[in-house]
Amino acid sequence: MLIDALIAALLLSGAFFTLVGSIGLLKLNSPMSRLHGPTKASTLGVGSLLMASMVRAFAHDDGSLHEVLVMAFLFVTAPISGNFIAKVHLHKLRGKPDLAVLPQGDSWASTSRE
Amino acid sequence: MIDIALYIALGAVGLAQLLAMARLVIGPHVGDRILALDTMVINAIGLIILMGILWGTQIYFESAMIIAMLGFVSTVALARFVLRGDIIE
Repeated sequence: MLIDALIAALLLSGAFFTLVGSIGLLKLNSPMSRLHGPTKASTLGVGSLLMASMVRAFAHDDGSLHEVLVMAFLFVTAPISGNFIAKVHLHKLRGKPDLAVLPQGDSWASTSRE
Repeated sequence: MIDIALYIALGAVGLAQLLAMARLVIGPHVGDRILALDTMVINAIGLIILMGILWGTQIYFESAMIIAMLGFVSTVALARFVLRGDIIE
């Protein structure tokens, strides 16, 4: 019974944060602030849903921790993709004109300030 | 109790998927569309996990893992292509 309540609470909090992330993505009104809405969906939302799946697997038959893999992967890759999307906003939207030419040497440039 | 919470969660995550798709359609800039696609991938992972809980199987874990990996790679490739006009320089 207590386990059921824990699973239900984790499911509801995960669904709530996922919905909040998407509402933020739709409602915020500048591109840079829109970038911060879905971070709640990718950390708290999916994290809570995976925790619920893990608790349920432990409570019923065969518990295993392999949902931690998805959680760790999302936590590692969310800042990287956020950084890339922020770079798209900075360079394309705010009109920083110094997009580099493609590098010919061994440097990996994203601005021409090298 | 789990069933009711599960159906509420499925409805909420589905609604979140629809809202992200609205941002994908109306998004004024290309960065917003990339961000909306990323959010839709995250919500799809959540939906697949919820379906795994609903049907009581562990099979859907692998598909969630693969969708997480492909979503990250596609987001980085899209942003890279928009930013540089090339993916691997």
